[in-house]
Amino acid sequence: MINRTVAPPITDAVAFDLRLKPCDRYTLDNQVPVYAINAGAQEVVMIEWVFYAGNWYESKNIVAGTTNFMLKNGTQQRNAFSINEYFEFYGAYLNRSCYNETATVTLHCLSKHVAELLPVVAELLTESIFPEQELAIYKQNQKQRLEVNLKKCDFVSNRLIDEYVYGFHHPYGKYTSTLDYDAIERTELEKFFNRFYQQGTCRVFAAGKLPTDLDQQLNRVFGSLPLNSAALPEINYSLNPATEKKYRIINDKEGVQGAIRIAQPFFNRHHPDFPKVQVLNNIFGGFFGSRLMSNIREDKGYTYGIHSYLQNHIHHSAWMISTEAGRDVCEATITEVYKEMELLRQEPVEQEELDLVKNYMIGSLLGDLDGPFQIIGRWKTYILNGLDEQYFYNSIDTIRKVTADDLQTLAQQHLNPEKFYELVVV
Amino acid sequence: MITFERFVLDNGLKVLVHEDHSTPMAVVNIMYDVGARDENPDKTGFAHLFEHLMFGGSINIPDYDEPLQRAGGENNAYTTNDLTNYYCQIPAENIETAFWLESDRMLSLAFSKKSLEVQRKVVCEEFKEHYLNKPYGDVWHKMRELAYTKHPYRWMTIGKELSHVENAHIDDVKQFFFKHYRPVNAILVVAGHVTVEQVKRLSEKWFGDIPMGDPYVRNLPKEPPQTEKRVKEVHAAVPLDALIKTWHMDARLDKGYYVADMITEILGGGGSSRLYQQLVKEKQYFSNVDCYHFGSIDSGLLTVEGKLVKGVKMEDAVAAIDDEIQQLTTSLIDEPELQKIKNKTESVIAFEDMSIMSRANSLAMYELLGDASMMNTELQKYQDITIADIRQYSQQIFQPHNSNTLLYFAN
Repeated sequence: MINRTVAPPITDAVAFDLRLKPCDRYTLDNQVPVYAINAGAQEVVMIEWVFYAGNWYESKNIVAGTTNFMLKNGTQQRNAFSINEYFEFYGAYLNRSCYNETATVTLHCLSKHVAELLPVVAELLTESIFPEQELAIYKQNQKQRLEVNLKKCDFVSNRLIDEYVYGFHHPYGKYTSTLDYDAIERTELEKFFNRFYQQGTCRVFAAGKLPTDLDQQLNRVFGSLPLNSAALPEINYSLNPATEKKYRIINDKEGVQGAIRIAQPFFNRHHPDFPKVQVLNNIFGGFFGSRLMSNIREDKGYTYGIHSYLQNHIHHSAWMISTEAGRDVCEATITEVYKEMELLRQEPVEQEELDLVKNYMIGSLLGDLDGPFQIIGRWKTYILNGLDEQYFYNSIDTIRKVTADDLQTLAQQHLNPEKFYELVVV
Repeated sequence: MITFERFVLDNGLKVLVHEDHSTPMAVVNIMYDVGARDENPDKTGFAHLFEHLMFGGSINIPDYDEPLQRAGGENNAYTTNDLTNYYCQIPAENIETAFWLESDRMLSLAFSKKSLEVQRKVVCEEFKEHYLNKPYGDVWHKMRELAYTKHPYRWMTIGKELSHVENAHIDDVKQFFFKHYRPVNAILVVAGHVTVEQVKRLSEKWFGDIPMGDPYVRNLPKEPPQTEKRVKEVHAAVPLDALIKTWHMDARLDKGYYVADMITEILGGGGSSRLYQQLVKEKQYFSNVDCYHFGSIDSGLLTVEGKLVKGVKMEDAVAAIDDEIQQLTTSLIDEPELQKIKNKTESVIAFEDMSIMSRANSLAMYELLGDASMMNTELQKYQDITIADIRQYSQQIFQPHNSNTLLYFAN
């Protein structure tokens, strides 16, 4: 009989030799940089065009997001339906997303269809016309969607906490009202498109089983476009965090849960402590075995899930704790969050717990690097944040070496309730 | 082509191995042949509550997550109306840790009262978060009750009502475990940087001595064919009127299932689909519209749902959907439209198969359906469907007496 009470021996994940697969780099004739990972067994590719065309660069609310959304809604040659039909006929997905600094257009398709699809992507990026009728439909439907979302406590709380941390006039803190949709005009979209897409700053990321001549294909289709021809404007926003720290809001009188957000402004990835804080965050609320989860879900049953994380922004970040808890246990939940902060300040993390978290972090990093899309995703984060692979190796080194004392010092510096904004939306 | 090897332990546990040495990771996936459809109508939500209890300690190991995390692994699980699936991903060097943990909880849970007490609360919060505290959160509760009169698909995986979960008793938990969580009712799939020999050795070592258990004979009430159309009106505190309409479709292994799946793509798959183009863009009756089904093993529901643009009358919205449905029953779709759907299916399958986690899950799923090798013939089943099949099957299911409509009015 085997003895089931004894765990099989393991290799400590911290001992693994983790490597970030280098990415191929080249530039098109117009100096657009391309980053590529050629790997994987399936005949699929992902190609992403990243433009510096996020909210950061708009002078009026939602111009960036609307321009990005409407890239698929009409060109000089095709209407919205034929654009969709074209990509969908090849079983391809063309998605677009607008973020704070950047806005993207992402193609997922079978490797064999790349040649048919690239020219139409180029057409969208050069010949979009933003038809009035399409804009009207977009406004109407977005307003309706917003109205539904505003009934949800988690949606409302996410907007407000960002406003408290960054201020409403900062791109990270602002949000949309139905009036913003009414105020948008198509000429504003054309102007933004011209400045930030047609002549905009663009980087290309590609991954998967890439066609052998992808560099030539990209150069043929995109290399002579006027991309990167206008210098990116230097825009600085000042942070304007709220003075009041605590908020309780009733959004729905009948609500049975409250959305709790606890957050403080934080430094970005360039701060030398950032990788260490990631370890501390994991212990605090960063994974299923974290202290917040163990205490507030697994011991008290106040919530289905509670997480803490560092916001994924380029310029500034925030350290955020986020959960939806039963309406009658919201205050008790907040008390427990602060208790967990206090414990981390008062007592060094025990070696056993620290070892577990280190192994978990390395193991999940190994899992996160599994597959070409995952690898290019990591490269993209580094490149857009002005970092390189050294950051990857530093992070691993930090996970291996960080001590309980280091973490306690960081907790004492950063996990102080008085620094946090605190919000409950029912 | 996904290759795998299959063997069966003496206690009836089916084991599948899919080797892929391009990854440093391994996935251990266990699918139990039990879902919400196997629940007692007075104790619904149990299969899902049980999924939570599976993390509350087993007979020899007080905590499941901790040793797995220490070995660099991650895990999760899900429950559907048909089945329950547990999976972990772990650096391949440490795969034995996953065998140790999974086999001990198949041997027996610890049946801790504290775990039951806490997880009841956690599931109640999950229930609130997803179904009570969201506008339109109860749509599927109501639709299932409307569309099914006998078959246990008439309740959701989370349960019919909070009280069922709140009243779950430790004796129910034990009974449920020894009825369903036995080797003979389970499928183990191991994928990634492993060898068949290694998996054979580890499976024998850790799972070999678990008592077989009694095979579970599923004998669910059959849903009688629907003979009259059903319409239900709901008034709720939501901002927009909404409409959801369903038709009974074929079970997972029937040919009609594949045709129905293609019909959902024709109607609602993407920006060039018929419902989106006609109802959102041209008529502008809906601000969004979707067409889907849940991939149910027993006979499921083909579903159309959307939110109405303010000012549009409900009866106009209903009529517009019926018009589109009518089109499919009267005229043939053209060849390029069919080809588009087939191309999309090919692409969806290729993307799905990228991760070993997803491959392991699909192998378990097809083995549960009868044979894991169906994973490799699935695409052909779509390729074989013709224009005539689409019209014929549309005529079969899109009959008014086979439909259920929920008219969801904003107060």
